[in-house]
Amino acid sequence: MTVARRRFMGEMMSWFTASSVALLLLLIVGLLGLIAWNGVAHFWPRGLIEFELTDGSRLAGELHESNDGAFGSGARMRIKTGNRDFTGSDFRWIPESEIALRENPKDLFLMERAEWGVFIGRITGLQKDGQPLARSPEEIGDTLPALLASKRAERERVEDFERRQIGDVNVAIEALRLRERALARADLPGDQKKQRLAVIEEELSVQIAHYEELAGALDRMRRALAAETLVIENVEGREKVIPAADVIRVLKPNEMGWRERFGVFASRGIEFLTDEPRESNTEGGVFPAIFGTVMMVLLMSVAVTPFGIIAAVYLREYAKEDFVVQLVRIAVNNLAGVPSIVFGVFGLGFFVYLMGGNIDRLFYSDALPSPTFGTGGILWGSLTLALLTVPVVIVATEEGLAAVPRAVREGSRALGATQFETLWRIVLPAAGPGILTGLVLAIGRAAGEVAPLMIVGVVKLAPSLPVDHHFPFVHLERKFMHLGFHIFDVGFQSPNVEAAKPLVFATALLLVGLVLLMNLTGIITRERLRRRYRTSAV
Amino acid sequence: MATVETTNGNRDERTKRDANEFTDRAILTVEKPVIDVQNVSLFYAETQALHDISLRIAIHQITAFIGPSGCGKSTLLRCFNRMNDLVDDVRIEGDIHFQTASIFAPDVDVNTLRRQIGMVFQKSNPFPKSIYENVAYGPRIHGLSSRSELDGVVEQSLRQAALWTEVKDRLEESALGLSGGQQQRLCIARALAVDPEVILLDEPCSALDPIATAKIEELMAELKTEYTMVIVTHNMQQASRVSDFTAFLYLGRLIEYGRTKELFVQPKKKETADYITGRFG
Repeated sequence: MTVARRRFMGEMMSWFTASSVALLLLLIVGLLGLIAWNGVAHFWPRGLIEFELTDGSRLAGELHESNDGAFGSGARMRIKTGNRDFTGSDFRWIPESEIALRENPKDLFLMERAEWGVFIGRITGLQKDGQPLARSPEEIGDTLPALLASKRAERERVEDFERRQIGDVNVAIEALRLRERALARADLPGDQKKQRLAVIEEELSVQIAHYEELAGALDRMRRALAAETLVIENVEGREKVIPAADVIRVLKPNEMGWRERFGVFASRGIEFLTDEPRESNTEGGVFPAIFGTVMMVLLMSVAVTPFGIIAAVYLREYAKEDFVVQLVRIAVNNLAGVPSIVFGVFGLGFFVYLMGGNIDRLFYSDALPSPTFGTGGILWGSLTLALLTVPVVIVATEEGLAAVPRAVREGSRALGATQFETLWRIVLPAAGPGILTGLVLAIGRAAGEVAPLMIVGVVKLAPSLPVDHHFPFVHLERKFMHLGFHIFDVGFQSPNVEAAKPLVFATALLLVGLVLLMNLTGIITRERLRRRYRTSAV
Repeated sequence: MATVETTNGNRDERTKRDANEFTDRAILTVEKPVIDVQNVSLFYAETQALHDISLRIAIHQITAFIGPSGCGKSTLLRCFNRMNDLVDDVRIEGDIHFQTASIFAPDVDVNTLRRQIGMVFQKSNPFPKSIYENVAYGPRIHGLSSRSELDGVVEQSLRQAALWTEVKDRLEESALGLSGGQQQRLCIARALAVDPEVILLDEPCSALDPIATAKIEELMAELKTEYTMVIVTHNMQQASRVSDFTAFLYLGRLIEYGRTKELFVQPKKKETADYITGRFG
């Protein structure tokens, strides 16, 4: 080969490798960009268009997609019409050839409701107990915002009452029932048993009376909440009466300026982050899923860190480097390659059935046959993921330990420190950054894992968070929601996939952001630790 | 008494006897030895690294071990505080007495022994901690926990190591931010903080520039009044500058041991003469 040819080959190689990296980067940026754009755009209020079709019918909605008809179907556009209670679906394709008239009326409303999704149309009346509160559109426009704000506050009070007061009574009644059952099974003389049973019965009747009282109050509150109603009308003039308390947000997108639109965008974003889901997860927020994901990852970290470090310390510091240790190391590395669903099955068999079942038999036998720990829950989910990620922590910690120079260890031993003192005070702190690297990798892997969680505790909709104000405040046996599973559920299991699609992007964006945030925290801590003792040496 | 064997086959009986006499005399001059090495041989698995070495280390004097690389001087030094225990497959024959008792006796606590016989290594090895924590580390593990006492020990040790004025305003900063010479003096301060009897220095200046080296040598001269020091060096000028006694080792054997002035001016053995005049090494 000539020199020129050899040089050419070398240059080709560098171009080839560089272009692979560029392609990879492009794919990643493209993916994140797609998710970010679609996720964020969901919250931006679009303009409303009202159409009159050639057959005389009218419809209004947001333009979501237009198709130039390249495949012979003719140009058409996809309109989000909302009004699911009237039409049965949220979206409609209309061929452009059928459009007779197209306008952007300023008085068109978009209303987000607690039920039936979005409504697009006009508000024609405002009533209280059947009596009109306002008649003219101006009057409605003037009274509506204040009414909606007060109704929102009232609705929150009702929900709070339901959750707190009634929840407390329910917990108390449940506890009494369990005591009753325990007593019925207890080995006591008959009259003593009867005596105690009577005490419990009495307490129970007091609590039940209290409950009835609260239920009556709740009923009254609900009725008061539903007193005010709105008369709404779609663009074809079809009317419907809905309770004002069901309205979450009303906007007139066509007369809004940029600043107002941004306000709506921000408030929708905050709702998404802080609210609970509605309408079988296709609307509302994802707060329980964020909470579940973060809590599960934290629990997993708490479980995986000590185990991973202890195992790595034994392998690297104490065990003699022989065949068995090599075998263990190979096994650990292979554990990282086991499909995650296998860990899920193991978690179900070992944690849920074996450990959970025995915990139930020993400590929660009164509640049997309904399981407490003997069913999927956040604790078992976290432990399963800890098992899944422990190899990562072991490998990283081992590398961190190996990087501590022999000279430093000898320095400590020469001062009369024992091996354990050297390990505890010198080697482990110095290996800290390596350990954190392992934890960061483990968190990254755990936060994105869905398959094993589906069989050890994740649910579509958890009735309550794993942390609340009832003793003992942290409920590790509870089922939980998870962003990854939420994506799967909303995107592929929901009855209204089309309407929920933007939420899938938004949730995916949130999950990526959350993993990034947790990783960043780990990386910053690690760098701080490193910088603290590794200023330019010599 | 030590039998000095030479490796060279054509060495005659007379030189052998001379060597014996000379070595004996060196031992006798050390009347109250702090460390008494008696017929020590050391094996790494099957390889013998030290051959039947006997010598006595004088109290409050500086003893230098010189010799070409691989002659066993570091290995011998590391026997004194039993650092060789940390190496697998090491076997030692013979005995070493520290003060009055054997360091290999079953009732000796090796960690206490290492507190009494401190060590400074070839490459400075400060812990990845603050300057303060580096010095306080030894006293802490030996049970000192009061902050005020620790402060006192840290200051005193750093003063003894002639480092106090340079670092007193940045005690909480990382020790790894110090220069090489400062790091080495910090390691000396660290060793002094546990109040040892003997300090072993394993080529402490081999990674330092001449100015830093001079500082360490000056420091050793000052510390001599309170501590016994043993220094391994392959810098003969250094040995002649700082030490009172010098032992020349070659291929795992003690060739010659005596007062530094005599050994460098009138070496009794041909190998010693060859080495110190730079004919091999």
